[in-house]
Amino acid sequence: MTPFFRKKKDIPLGLWMKCPDCSKMVFTKTFEQNQNVCPECGFHIRLTAEHRIQLLVDEGSFEELASDLEPRDVLHFNDRESYEAKLKRNQAKSGSTEAVRGGRALLDGRPVNICAMDFGFMGGSMGVVVGERIAIVAEDALERRVPLVVIATSGGARMHEGALSLMQMAKTSAVIAKLREAHVPYITVLADPCTGGVSASFAAQGDVTLAEPGALIGFAGPRVIQGTIKRTLPEGFQRSEFLVDKGYVDRIVPRKKLKEEIATILDYLLPREVIEETPPEETPPEETATERVGGEPAPEEPASEEPASQATGEAVITPAAKTDADGESKNDVAKEDQANDVRST
Amino acid sequence: MADASKSPTTGKRSPVEMATCLPFERTILALERKIEELKSIPDVDLNGELQPLEHRRDRLLAEVFGKLTAWQKVQVARHPHRPQFSEYVAGMCEDWVELHGDRLFGEDRAMCTGLARIGDHRVLIVGHRKGRETREKLACNFGCAHPEGYRKALAKMRLAERFGLPIVTLINTPGAYPGIGAEERGQAWAIAENILAMSTLQVPVLCIVIGEGGSGGALGIGVGDRVLMLEYAYYSVISPEGCASILWKDGSRAEDAARALRLTSDDLLKLGVVDEVVPEPLGGAHRSPDAMVEALKGAIITHLDELSAMDPDERLEKRYARLRSLGNGIEPLDPPEGGEPSPA
Repeated sequence: MTPFFRKKKDIPLGLWMKCPDCSKMVFTKTFEQNQNVCPECGFHIRLTAEHRIQLLVDEGSFEELASDLEPRDVLHFNDRESYEAKLKRNQAKSGSTEAVRGGRALLDGRPVNICAMDFGFMGGSMGVVVGERIAIVAEDALERRVPLVVIATSGGARMHEGALSLMQMAKTSAVIAKLREAHVPYITVLADPCTGGVSASFAAQGDVTLAEPGALIGFAGPRVIQGTIKRTLPEGFQRSEFLVDKGYVDRIVPRKKLKEEIATILDYLLPREVIEETPPEETPPEETATERVGGEPAPEEPASEEPASQATGEAVITPAAKTDADGESKNDVAKEDQANDVRST
Repeated sequence: MADASKSPTTGKRSPVEMATCLPFERTILALERKIEELKSIPDVDLNGELQPLEHRRDRLLAEVFGKLTAWQKVQVARHPHRPQFSEYVAGMCEDWVELHGDRLFGEDRAMCTGLARIGDHRVLIVGHRKGRETREKLACNFGCAHPEGYRKALAKMRLAERFGLPIVTLINTPGAYPGIGAEERGQAWAIAENILAMSTLQVPVLCIVIGEGGSGGALGIGVGDRVLMLEYAYYSVISPEGCASILWKDGSRAEDAARALRLTSDDLLKLGVVDEVVPEPLGGAHRSPDAMVEALKGAIITHLDELSAMDPDERLEKRYARLRSLGNGIEPLDPPEGGEPSPA
């Protein structure tokens, strides 16, 4: 069996479930109580954006931003199914309007902005609304001067929105550049899989880059590489552990420890005054936020009306992931394969 | 190509011609050859015969190139005689000084960087290089850069920034290379870093898609104050072949994919992905490379004049506003010509 394929990644229903990786039967409750990580082999099942946010933020603290933005079919893209129909189907299936959700939250008492992607929504692909939501949440983090945490899992840029999807790489990166200039901490968590235009933009720009164990991470998907070089890929190629070996990921962090580790890292990156002074219960007002950052020069303020107008304004184009129209009917190997191809090379 | 292998006039066709004749250009090529033959006859005044032929050729060119499909434009963008990085540098620059190496891993010949003068402007030029004959193509990896190529581009752009030189990038790549070494050396990280850095470079940055704008590999040197695109270039999130093989499990449906992806210059101008389309000479850049180089030189000088005259802070603000609004508030395009592709 080729090393980069896994049999099944979705969460099966029922009282008992079989671990998609080690095939052991596990009591479903046990699995869930373990953050959907197999208690036997440590395999990390893919989660929805909502679920990922829930695991990281303090209960009841999440305040979603830009959730009103909805994808549109600007290109009249149509393969076996129209892009509009595909969006509706994915929205119904996932309960989300797009492949990313984000907003303000508290992480162990620390005010943060957080975004999480959902691979289950068209392969986590990035179209205009995905890019816009990330940009809005990041700009809000810049204004509030609170850290940004992004959990990235995606097959790449969404084909169904054409070059506009590609341009979201530039859009999100431009905002991350501002965070960097302003010394606002940005932590990325790469989850399985993270490839293509997402891996080649904001996912690879973290001040600190974490990864879940065993995640497939890379620019091109394994199938594309294999098709290009006509050779079998080495075992473990493009997995989190490989990326640590090659020097591109700071740490592999099991899901169970993620919240704690992010909190610890943030305590190093945030100025000391912030940590000591921030009242954990509420988001400090903006003036204090600026003071908290101590000697930092004020960042170039992005036109503050801009994010707002964009948030309320016309939504944007929407992209299309390359996840297939009939993705559900396929087995998961095929799904992953396709997902990897969503990538923009 | 069987029917194209014989010329109506001579019955012969050189192998090179056969390889470079696009299917929709066959009738034009036959006419062009006839005109060449007439011109080569010495000491006879054939103006009377030549002129109508030339008019007919021009009419045909305007007709054929006036309604190229998306897929035909992709073929023109890939035409082997289309001017590439080296032709543009040779034709529009003086005192070209190529600079090599990324200072980290090695030298990537798929990415070319160097100092040059264009008109009155001293600039850094960065661009993909595809190569012409086989050996050169192999050395340049067919224009598919590795991480060291993107890092070399960034290193030289930082150099330009330190010394106040505007940056001109010439984009022409099927895509960044998907291989084991490229992944081991962080292809995603290299491209991501370029995209981020280019959004805040202090000097003017002008990007031009001159042929193939292959996805992340193109964007890796494609973020700037303004993005221009030649008329028959294409710029896409994924290659038409790649898109077809995913959507229809059939790479040969690239034509359908090209239409669906809206990768042509006129569509991308409407979508706000590019700021200006540089018209190509009648019949495409491959038919009149010198005229193309001259036209692009003019466009580059105009934009550099404008960008250099701007206040640096204002320029950066505008660049950010441009990047930040990409894809926002766009009117839907008209449905693609030729309707929807048939189901698989």
